Amino acid sequence: MDAVQARTGAEVLLRALKEQGVEVIFGYPGGAVLPIYDALYQQNAIRHILVRHEQAAVHAAEGYARSTGRVGVVLVTSGPGATNAVTGLVDALMDSIPVVCLTGQVPTHLIGNDAFQEADTTGITRPATKHNYLVKRAEDLARVVHEAFYVARSGRPGPVVVDLPKDIVIGQAPYTPAPDAEHRSYRPVTEPDPGQIARAIALLKAAKRPVIYSGGGVINAGPDAAVALQEFVRLTGAPCTSTLMGLGAFPASDPLFLGMLGMHGTYEANLAMHGCDVMLNIGARFDDRVTGRLNAFSPNSRKIHADIDPSSINKNVPVEVPIVGDAGRVLAALIAAWRADPARPDTQALAAWWRQIDAWRGIDCLRFSQATAAGSAIKPQYAVQRLYQMTRALGRDTYISTEVGQHQMWAAQHFRFEQPHHWMTSGGLGTMGYGLPAAMGVQIAHPDALVIDIAGEASILMNIQEMGTLAQYRLPVKVFILNNQYMGMVRQWQELLHGGRYAESYSAALPDFVKLAESFHAVGLRAESVDQLDGVIRTMLEADRAVIADIVVDPKENCFPMIPSGAAHNEMILGPEHADRAAGITDEGLMLV
Amino acid sequence: MANPDPSFRSATISVLVDNEAGVLARVIGLFSGRGYNIDSLTVAAVDASRTHSRINVVTSGTEMVIEQIKAQLDRLVPVHRVADLTREGPHLARELALIKVIGTGNARSEALRLADAFRARVVDATTGSFVFELTGNTDKIDAFLELMGPLGLTEVSRTGVAAIARGTSAITLRPDATHGTDKGSS
Ligand SMILES: Cc1ncc(C[n+]2csc(CCOP(=O)(O)OP(=O)(O)O)c2C)c(N)n1
Ligand SMILES: [Mg+2]
Repeated sequence: MDAVQARTGAEVLLRALKEQGVEVIFGYPGGAVLPIYDALYQQNAIRHILVRHEQAAVHAAEGYARSTGRVGVVLVTSGPGATNAVTGLVDALMDSIPVVCLTGQVPTHLIGNDAFQEADTTGITRPATKHNYLVKRAEDLARVVHEAFYVARSGRPGPVVVDLPKDIVIGQAPYTPAPDAEHRSYRPVTEPDPGQIARAIALLKAAKRPVIYSGGGVINAGPDAAVALQEFVRLTGAPCTSTLMGLGAFPASDPLFLGMLGMHGTYEANLAMHGCDVMLNIGARFDDRVTGRLNAFSPNSRKIHADIDPSSINKNVPVEVPIVGDAGRVLAALIAAWRADPARPDTQALAAWWRQIDAWRGIDCLRFSQATAAGSAIKPQYAVQRLYQMTRALGRDTYISTEVGQHQMWAAQHFRFEQPHHWMTSGGLGTMGYGLPAAMGVQIAHPDALVIDIAGEASILMNIQEMGTLAQYRLPVKVFILNNQYMGMVRQWQELLHGGRYAESYSAALPDFVKLAESFHAVGLRAESVDQLDGVIRTMLEADRAVIADIVVDPKENCFPMIPSGAAHNEMILGPEHADRAAGITDEGLMLV
Repeated sequence: MANPDPSFRSATISVLVDNEAGVLARVIGLFSGRGYNIDSLTVAAVDASRTHSRINVVTSGTEMVIEQIKAQLDRLVPVHRVADLTREGPHLARELALIKVIGTGNARSEALRLADAFRARVVDATTGSFVFELTGNTDKIDAFLELMGPLGLTEVSRTGVAAIARGTSAITLRPDATHGTDKGSS
């Protein structure tokens, strides 16, 4: 019946979204999408969250997607609505987050005429998305929307833009149900090749110094993949490390976990990567923040790389055993093959390897010293540590997002994640302004959870307007600002690499964050010295509203360990707590970002 | 400039894609965005209903880069198949050139004589000019153009390379094919 009933494009669009299970859209209206807003107004199944900037709509959809495993949905108008969304789209592309972004467009007869609020959205977003569509015919509308969801969530997930000219959404359109709308050509391989699995197991069984290194792909593969990772790591007894994006897949409290690797990773994780003889990379992509100088990266290891995206394999680092497949299926196959294989691992060698790792661990590379006398400055690491301890004591389901900078790295180092899908951070693009809207999206998906954005005072100003969204929807997100009065990560590089010339990295003319919170109907708190910290955290955690906690921290603190750009893992710099080692920053390193 | 990496090579890659708006821009954007070389590129619909196109691209790079190019192409959503003709066995590569040579006297007759030797066809002539049509692989056309240089070569229009495998091996759509590289090597 429905199929014959005349419907507008906007109604067809919403019907397709409902069939895709969409419950929430993050969006912002404008002329080109008014018919869609009109249709939204006349129904109750899909909730619309009005953000304050289109970039934030995409980050909110990312937070929603990453914390639920579902596709996040965005709706923005043509022209500036679409261009404002671009940063969010690239962020989702780099971190493989499934998002469908619906953009308004001028009517088809005006496309190409420099019409009011016209932008070449498909042109602009082509390299910013996994795929994009311009719907030029009403009969394609429903199929394209279903396809967009399929593409966004399948294989390596990513953002998909559907550009909707106004005449298409106003005019009549037929409906195509989802099962009839499979994509013609896109069929990612998810099941691993048994031969490669067997080769991987042969390498791992014979390993004397194995390392398992997991990434965001394990998170994307769903909670079962994280369980399988834990099972496989325990089966092998090998040490496990994780990228920034992969944190939570393997519990931080497990003794087999070495902490995060990479530029600000732990001493033990990076030296284990450097010294291993067999490396299994599962769902990570040998990013430059992880490998350091490529020609010195893990020089003596035989490498296995499992990834859903064949183009990630052999891109930066040549590997001996490539495995294309979904991380969960790969891990299940590895577990089965390990069990079936009669060969025994070299337990003696493994024990010696662990003795070496424990010696590296003994360095306690994340150590810092916090003066305890009343009035002492708060160390940012200590603030994160206390936040972690106090939220843990509370026992609530806790989600952490971050902005970008030192605070992000301290959060990754000192907040210990035990479960996947609870950590949202902008890894690939490193987008300041990500954390607050992402937290907003998480809180929409998990209304009863505790959601905290660990922020820097500079980053938070990039999407501070979203405090208004928090107020409108009564979202009790906590913004925990490590206020060091600097773009700390920039200041750190200037100190270490540019002779201490702090060009434009001082956060001058900061707002009063307490008053700023209050003006957005939120709670404003400030801690200026170590004796005030616990009280502020407690008040923040008890508040049933949004909070900004301005934690004034030591402005000079640097984030260590650090592998300078262009250095190798074994050329890591440790902090002032440790006898300083060679800095190892090369001229080539200066060229890198 | 010679590339020091011994694995540096040229590759002729054929890509079967959905013939939809923007698909060529995606392929070109991939090459420019990731800094790959395009030495030649051709595209046209190849089935009666015009629903699929074949893109032939001649590129060059180290073995690792060429593998990367193929994987990146294969990752594009409207791409059905990617085949590295250079790797997958003997293949034919042809392009067509229209070549305008302006001149009189000895140069003119010499141009005509050489055209004959290269089996170039005269497709337009005036008392002061020829347009030759020449088909062949890139080397043959380059060689002919070099000879025409001193004989009044004025303008060249080339199609770029169209390529196909020899023998029974074929790059066609397979309805249930999974999305992966090197399906063409059957
Ligand atoms: C949108 C954007 N612009 C610029 C940068 C470069 N950048 C990286 S970290 C940083 C400083 C962040 O300062 P703050 O938020 O105070 O964090 P801190 O490092 O002090 O903890 C800058 C400018 C970025 N990552 N994103
Ligand atoms: Mg700061």
